[in-house]
Amino acid sequence: MTEPPLLSVEDLEVRYRVTSGWFGGADVHAVNGVSFSVAEGETIGIVGESGCGKTTLGQAILGLTDISAGAIKLRGTEQDRARRTQLQIIFQDPQSSLDPRLPVWRLITEPLHIRGGYTRKQLIERATELAVSVGLRPEHVDRYPHEFSGGQRQRIAIARALAVEPALLVLDEPTSALDVSVQAQIVNLLLSLQAERKLSYVLISHDVSLVRHVADRVAVMYLGQIVEEGPTLDVLDAPRHPYTRTLLDAVPSFDRPLNSIAPRAGELPSNRTLPTGCFFRDRCPSATTGCELPQVLVPADGLRTVRCHLVTRTGDTTLPRSAPGPVFSSPNDAIA
Amino acid sequence: MTEPSGDVLLEITDLSLEFRTYRGPIKALNGVSLNVRAGEIVGIVGESGCGKSVTMMAATRLLPKGAAHITGGGIRLFGSDPMKLSERELQHVRGRQVSTIFQEPMNALNPTRRIGEQIVEVIRRHQRLDNAAATSKASGLLRDMLISEPERIMQAYPFELSGGMRQRVLIAMAFSCEPRLIIADEPTTALDVTVQALILGLIKHKATSTGTAVVFISHDMAVVSQLCDRLYVLYAGRVAEAGTTASVLAAPAHPYTRALIRCLPGLAPPKQPLEQIPGTLPDLLDPPAGCLFRARCREADDRCVSVPPLAAIEPARRAACWRRIEETQAA
Repeated sequence: MTEPPLLSVEDLEVRYRVTSGWFGGADVHAVNGVSFSVAEGETIGIVGESGCGKTTLGQAILGLTDISAGAIKLRGTEQDRARRTQLQIIFQDPQSSLDPRLPVWRLITEPLHIRGGYTRKQLIERATELAVSVGLRPEHVDRYPHEFSGGQRQRIAIARALAVEPALLVLDEPTSALDVSVQAQIVNLLLSLQAERKLSYVLISHDVSLVRHVADRVAVMYLGQIVEEGPTLDVLDAPRHPYTRTLLDAVPSFDRPLNSIAPRAGELPSNRTLPTGCFFRDRCPSATTGCELPQVLVPADGLRTVRCHLVTRTGDTTLPRSAPGPVFSSPNDAIA
Repeated sequence: MTEPSGDVLLEITDLSLEFRTYRGPIKALNGVSLNVRAGEIVGIVGESGCGKSVTMMAATRLLPKGAAHITGGGIRLFGSDPMKLSERELQHVRGRQVSTIFQEPMNALNPTRRIGEQIVEVIRRHQRLDNAAATSKASGLLRDMLISEPERIMQAYPFELSGGMRQRVLIAMAFSCEPRLIIADEPTTALDVTVQALILGLIKHKATSTGTAVVFISHDMAVVSQLCDRLYVLYAGRVAEAGTTASVLAAPAHPYTRALIRCLPGLAPPKQPLEQIPGTLPDLLDPPAGCLFRARCREADDRCVSVPPLAAIEPARRAACWRRIEETQAA
């Protein structure tokens, strides 16, 4: 029998009850049947637009939000409280994820403090060690968060996550609050920590180029579902799902003028009442008959899976890039 | 040095500005020079705190009175100094001749009033139109922003709209009085990439078809490269480099510009360490003498202890770096 993967997410569903309104509540369907696994030392990138459920997915992995259906397994067994020390998270904004009243050594060792059984001296020693390993100086551990720049604060958050020697880190937009020059420093740190400690990462980001740089595999999410998943370069260089193509075409790039971009009409549908059939149907340029049926993730080629019956049935090759030419020819090709 | 022709709408010369705080003056701008001509799209790029927003807010006198002090240089907006205009004259310039699109559309709209009322108010304040004419103008403007049912949107309150829709309303509002210059301050930073692509396309299309000049402020090199004819790279309140977008990106002259482009993850081979800019921004409470990038620059040497001027290095290209200036003189 093969060894179970470090982390496996199976048919995960997360619904939030919204209790506003006079006529009872409604559910927000944040995650709708997501499955993937992460091996030791591997990075999976989760990309998608805001509201696609990527952050909820990350929080569900950590146990920060209740799951409605499905399972999250660590090395084959369902995660429980004891196993959560294997998992840690880095949030987007280190300004709000660090308690301003605690000195850095206390912040870094907060997870150990909760676990208990350490003396103050041991905690300070451990904090210093961790601070140095993320590129801070030993004397920094006596200072407070406000004395640091954004990049340094993110280093503190990383040191704190490493305190319990986790196997997997969920990185929820780890660099989007940072300037590009600082982003490069943090990305380099994350890459070297991964190499040293054989860490696995679940990298949640809207930044396709960051995911491309860091991730081994990528999962593209749309309305709480994975629409395409596979090795990073396969998916990002030759997308098969129409949504992946749409998303990649919209990413600003140095070698493509603006005019050749055809922004897809519309916005994410409401996740209160899920659409029937393919979730992307209303915005899809190649929508046709068959799209009114629910779509499933099917292996397409190699290690890739795609949730689109057109791709898997016809076996057609990669989608062409949107046709060049002026997009806004007539103001009447209206967008809802 | 050849630069695009057309009237100069905005000219900023060697502008220095400080914010006085209890810890001492923060020198936000340390000699910014730039100009914008009619009909062109100019990008201002730089990291947070480099002075890109402050420069343009100073130009339209939007900085709070008493907090910001201009300590040197000058601004000419449509030929007059905005600092010397009366409040009444200023009201005429803002909105009618220059308007601004801000990053966060929710903060720029009044949450308690319908979208339509807010656009009509702007139009009627600056143009002699009755309510019906202004309303139909507003709906036409929204239609130009590819909003399919402008009447429905005009009846809505801001909270009912998505971020992308709100931003389109604000762009429509900015163009409503046919200004000669629009300042777009990170208008797409809060939006998703698919919506961003749409918004950028709309701004470009509308500006080109009406001949409006746009100053586009952004931290994102790739966005600027797609949209702008010319760009200015700012560092610590000073222009590091200026030139046509294509020439700056093809051969960045200033070491800062070069580093800024190279540290982007999209351009490096996967998993390899990215080029990083060592160190941090200089402390603007006490900026070092000489070139402000010196402490982080790989090419820095003795010359850099004096401030390099923003000098022409090729046609339509300027850079504030002693090394480039010397190379140009040698050639």
